[in-house]
Amino acid sequence: MDTESTYSGYSHYSGRSRGSHRHGERSRERHKSRSKDSSRSEKSVTITTTPGAPLTEPPAQGGEVQDDNWGETTTAVTGTSEHSLSQEDIVQIGKDLEVPSGRNCRRYLSLGLVGTLGLLVFLTPVAFLVLPLLLWTETGQRCGTACEGLLISAIFKLLILLLAVWALFLRPRRAHLPRVNVLRTLLSLLGLLCVISYSLFYAVRVLDQEDNNYEGIVQYAVSLVDALLFIHYLGLVLLELRHLQPIFSVRVTRSTDGETRHYNLGQLSIQQAALAILEHYYQDFPVHNPALLTAAKSRAAKHLAGLKVYNVDGPGNNTSAGQSQAMMAAAARRRDSSHNELYYEEADHERRVRKRRARLVVAVEEAFTHIQRLQEEEQKKAAGGETMDPREAAQAIFPSMARTLQKYLRTTRQQHFHSMESIQQHLAFCIANNMTPKAFLESYLSPGPTLQYGRERWLASRWKLVSEEAVTRGLKDGSVFLLNNIDFSLVVTTTRIPYISLAEEFIDPKSHKFVLRLQSETSV
Amino acid sequence: MSYIPGQPVTAVVQRIEIYKLRQGDNLILGFSIGGGIDQDPGQNPFSEDKTDKGIYVTRVTKGGPADVAGLVVGDKIMQVNGWDMTMVTHDQARKRLTKKNEDVVRLLVTRKSLEEAVRNSMMQ
Repeated sequence: MDTESTYSGYSHYSGRSRGSHRHGERSRERHKSRSKDSSRSEKSVTITTTPGAPLTEPPAQGGEVQDDNWGETTTAVTGTSEHSLSQEDIVQIGKDLEVPSGRNCRRYLSLGLVGTLGLLVFLTPVAFLVLPLLLWTETGQRCGTACEGLLISAIFKLLILLLAVWALFLRPRRAHLPRVNVLRTLLSLLGLLCVISYSLFYAVRVLDQEDNNYEGIVQYAVSLVDALLFIHYLGLVLLELRHLQPIFSVRVTRSTDGETRHYNLGQLSIQQAALAILEHYYQDFPVHNPALLTAAKSRAAKHLAGLKVYNVDGPGNNTSAGQSQAMMAAAARRRDSSHNELYYEEADHERRVRKRRARLVVAVEEAFTHIQRLQEEEQKKAAGGETMDPREAAQAIFPSMARTLQKYLRTTRQQHFHSMESIQQHLAFCIANNMTPKAFLESYLSPGPTLQYGRERWLASRWKLVSEEAVTRGLKDGSVFLLNNIDFSLVVTTTRIPYISLAEEFIDPKSHKFVLRLQSETSV
Repeated sequence: MSYIPGQPVTAVVQRIEIYKLRQGDNLILGFSIGGGIDQDPGQNPFSEDKTDKGIYVTRVTKGGPADVAGLVVGDKIMQVNGWDMTMVTHDQARKRLTKKNEDVVRLLVTRKSLEEAVRNSMMQ
């Protein structure tokens, strides 16, 4: 076998296919229309629905305070301000194939906002405790045992709060969602309101009216830290625990080949559910192979290809609906033998695949027998020129199986997923880890999940969420939305998990009694 | 009552007519049956051949309609009102005997003593 020719043929083919694939992507992208769902006035909607949030202080003051600090800090954790960027720029961002710098900017902005809020929340109790010492120097001596105990507890609680906020809110973001997370925004607003109301009272009572009771001030600061810890607990329950208990069962279907999976989700908003589903998609669904879909399309084309409809009445008569109906009726009546063709074609293909697979398995097993792992002692004894590292060993045995592997991949239409380089790398990996030929072939015999293949297959930045309802709304029974990628889309339908009513039946252990019936006897 | 596989079953039978007795809502015949193709033939105390899955009379109530008609314990029932009883399940046999719209059941039964009686009479 001419190893040089298989080498060049393989890489040339894979390079060509990759280039054409990307070219096809670009042209398809330009032709696709941008469909944006719902209005752009979402920013005001999410923030002004705060009457629902529990306000602890009179609304007049709160409103005034909100307006004052609006520009600086209430653009909250996930960044409402970043929305003003995204709404205008989203078209341009969508057209870029690489991650644009605008997205990084948004990430840093949101991180900065979270950091600012956290610092503010953390420093306020500290300020409460430190300011009296700075302003009136004699208050430090009036601190008794209880007051010192409260001080220590305040310090520890602040430390815990710091760690908790870092753990829950300062995690690296794993996705970019189209809309702001409403609950997170409301929660950070609540925290901010709490801090502001406390500092307002502090400013009035302690600084203005000069209340010198340091123990009282320490108690005040400790109560603020307690309130913040409880708000953090609320955040934990709303943002994490609510999502855990499964309430809905979603059915995800890929539009091109019908692959379906079911997942159980908790009470999530539509965009969060979409994110969870996409994370499962990359792990569960076999990779999308457009080469397998051409057969169905050619069959459908052949159905109507044999019929021609002529318009006898003249060009003015617009009977397009009638024409298509006539074509459908004629196609139905025609004695179609395409089902026959399909059956024999599939049987033939099946047989061919199995034959090639058998040859492949034999070739790979034979190739693996040529390689032997050297033990430690033998390594020292063996001559220097003969020992090879895994990469060289892979290169040595690859030519003997390259042709059969290539033929098999061509038959199952997988050849554009695996370049020759990746196959050799995988072979070296398997040899180094003592895997059997069967383990090596596992990734080629059946299509695996999308994550298994190269990064260019992931297309993780090209997903679009299409939904009739606002995406920050929660999932409901019967909600349907689409996740569009370039070549295919995932159709998601939601059903509520049924309310299970479990009844109890008690069986007395003594009630298990048996009788031996040798032959049944019936009296008539 | 021996059975040669592949050959039709031959037996000497006696015709017995039982008139059902009405007791309340039921029509009773006054005997009990055992056996059937869904039962275990090895447990049958009355059969000669322990693979015989036919319907046998296991009990006859004294003074009942069956006793009056001359049914004896250990009889194998071959036919009931023309219906075959050699290849039926236990439940089918019960149903054939307890049909509510029939007042009379005409059975063909066989027993060992009948064969001997015939042989004796033939030898004479």
